[in-house]
Amino acid sequence: MSTKEHKSKGVDIQRRKILTGATGVVGAAGATFLAVPFVSSWQPSEKAKAAGAPVDVDVSQLQPGQMLTVSWRGKPVWVVRRTADMLGRLPGLDAQLRDPASQESIQPTYCQNPSRAINSEYLVVVGICTHLGCAPLYRPAIGSPDVGADWQGGFFCPCHGSRFDLAGRVFQSVPAPTNLEIPPHHYLSEHLIRIGEDPQKEGVA
Amino acid sequence: MSNKHSADQAPEQKKGSLLGWLDRRYPIVSTWNEHVGEYYAPKNFNFWYFFGSLALLVLVNQFITGIWLTMSYKPSAAEAFNSIEYIMRDVEWGWLIRYMHSTGASAFFIVIYLHMLRGLLYGSYKEPRELVWLLGMFLFLVLMAEAFMGYLLPWGQMSYWGAQVIISLFGAIPVVGPDLALWVRGDFVISDATLNRFFALHVIALPLVLLILVFMHIVALHKVGSNNPDGVEIKKYKNEAGLPIDGIPFHPYYSVKDSMGAVFFMVLFAFVVFYWPEGGGYFIEPPNFEPADPLKTPAHIAPVWYFTPFYAILRAVPDKFLGVVAMGGAIAVLFAMPWLDRCKVKSIRYRGTSYKVLLTIFVVSFVVLGYLGTQPATPELTKAAQIFTALYFAFFFLLPFTSVNEKTKPVPERVQ
Repeated sequence: MSTKEHKSKGVDIQRRKILTGATGVVGAAGATFLAVPFVSSWQPSEKAKAAGAPVDVDVSQLQPGQMLTVSWRGKPVWVVRRTADMLGRLPGLDAQLRDPASQESIQPTYCQNPSRAINSEYLVVVGICTHLGCAPLYRPAIGSPDVGADWQGGFFCPCHGSRFDLAGRVFQSVPAPTNLEIPPHHYLSEHLIRIGEDPQKEGVA
Repeated sequence: MSNKHSADQAPEQKKGSLLGWLDRRYPIVSTWNEHVGEYYAPKNFNFWYFFGSLALLVLVNQFITGIWLTMSYKPSAAEAFNSIEYIMRDVEWGWLIRYMHSTGASAFFIVIYLHMLRGLLYGSYKEPRELVWLLGMFLFLVLMAEAFMGYLLPWGQMSYWGAQVIISLFGAIPVVGPDLALWVRGDFVISDATLNRFFALHVIALPLVLLILVFMHIVALHKVGSNNPDGVEIKKYKNEAGLPIDGIPFHPYYSVKDSMGAVFFMVLFAFVVFYWPEGGGYFIEPPNFEPADPLKTPAHIAPVWYFTPFYAILRAVPDKFLGVVAMGGAIAVLFAMPWLDRCKVKSIRYRGTSYKVLLTIFVVSFVVLGYLGTQPATPELTKAAQIFTALYFAFFFLLPFTSVNEKTKPVPERVQ
């Protein structure tokens, strides 16, 4: 028993323990507070947050079936001008999809509809696979060779083989868990789309 | 003159010598003796025992070439790719220093994987060396982080999208995942902020951790003593002087032998650096010769070869979160080896058929998964990856049961 030796030297072991404990607690609290700036400095900076400003896209030159890519918050955002034929094929795919009604996916409420768009002709979608963040490829043609003969047109992620239809809805038995994200957006005029802003803010629906 | 000579041989006696002066103020002689001059290692080390010292050699190569690369490299999204081209084309001998570093990364993993296989062959993770194994596993983990962050720095297409995929893995963790991934990136996508912090971690933080862990790995090893291909403890039989009969001092015996191994290794290494620096697209992948484009993923992305076994496991599981769990588990389960293997016999030379079969299955699975991880995920290859993932884990799940009553051969008392 080392306590005995200490006691014989007149050391109050109880007092030592309390002092050590108190120092430990205060020190731990201090270390926790000190960690705050170091941990927080890894958060997106004010500059990065400010870069999330909305971008305007003019779609007047977009041909039917064509897709254009713009950068919003450093992410690719696609605008696809869908033909009536393309839109007509969407409902028939519902049975093969994981989330056909987009109940578990991210989109503004005004886009939670069968075509996942404000104006069904234009699909505005974040071009980042919901699996591990690759940019899927646009494969609008029926039976595209790298996707399969029964392919009805959509997006195909080359990284891990996830597939999405022309409304960005994910197919079953692929790694991606949810549909492609629809960013907040609204129409400034018939052919001018503002991406990154909800319509309510401007009072335009 | 002759007086000075003898002073070097017995410094603690000669008050006048420089070594004696130093040794009274710093434990030079005792440290040297404990870890080099009088560190007794088993006399029967074979080929597999080169890889420990080779790992140290490659570490030194990475440190020196890495420090030189930072002198010309610019850690910013706008300049990184061009600064690598600048190193390759305009900096005097820059191409050599960069290729030594990039080839060194692959060499590091070749050496480390063989070093780990040696441990599995001869039971080097078993009592009393559990801590040596654990420290080694932490080294492996930090080395993977170091390599991953280093791969982002050239800011090529594969750098960018590889990092995008790996950081997104954190996003698969329930509840905290997305915020964690955002915190690691420091932006909504991989960006300048990510590159800059990865540079800091790659050149300062992680090398420091590696160095400390290497130090601890060696201290732990020298405390318990080296294992050997027979898996017998040389400390059991000592001579009158208290030295192991089957041991020989590390210096000069193994220092010379390891130098020979180092020369042979450097010949091979130089051959790759000069004639095959891209390693057929496995050491430096072709898309990495294009600058990073956040709007376009390369048609086929795969990590560098040393991550592909774990990447194949990730892809084999058709669920985002469980895939990440399986991949993490494939590494984590290695930590538990000292406790999963319950056989008392260390070396594969005297172990039963069950361990030999299991270890073969494990090694084959690891290699096949490594190949599958480099290939596109077609349905057939995904099926194959699932089978080999199951076999990979089977090794760890069956081992505790087969190793209890393994039919082992008699282990010799002393090294053969």
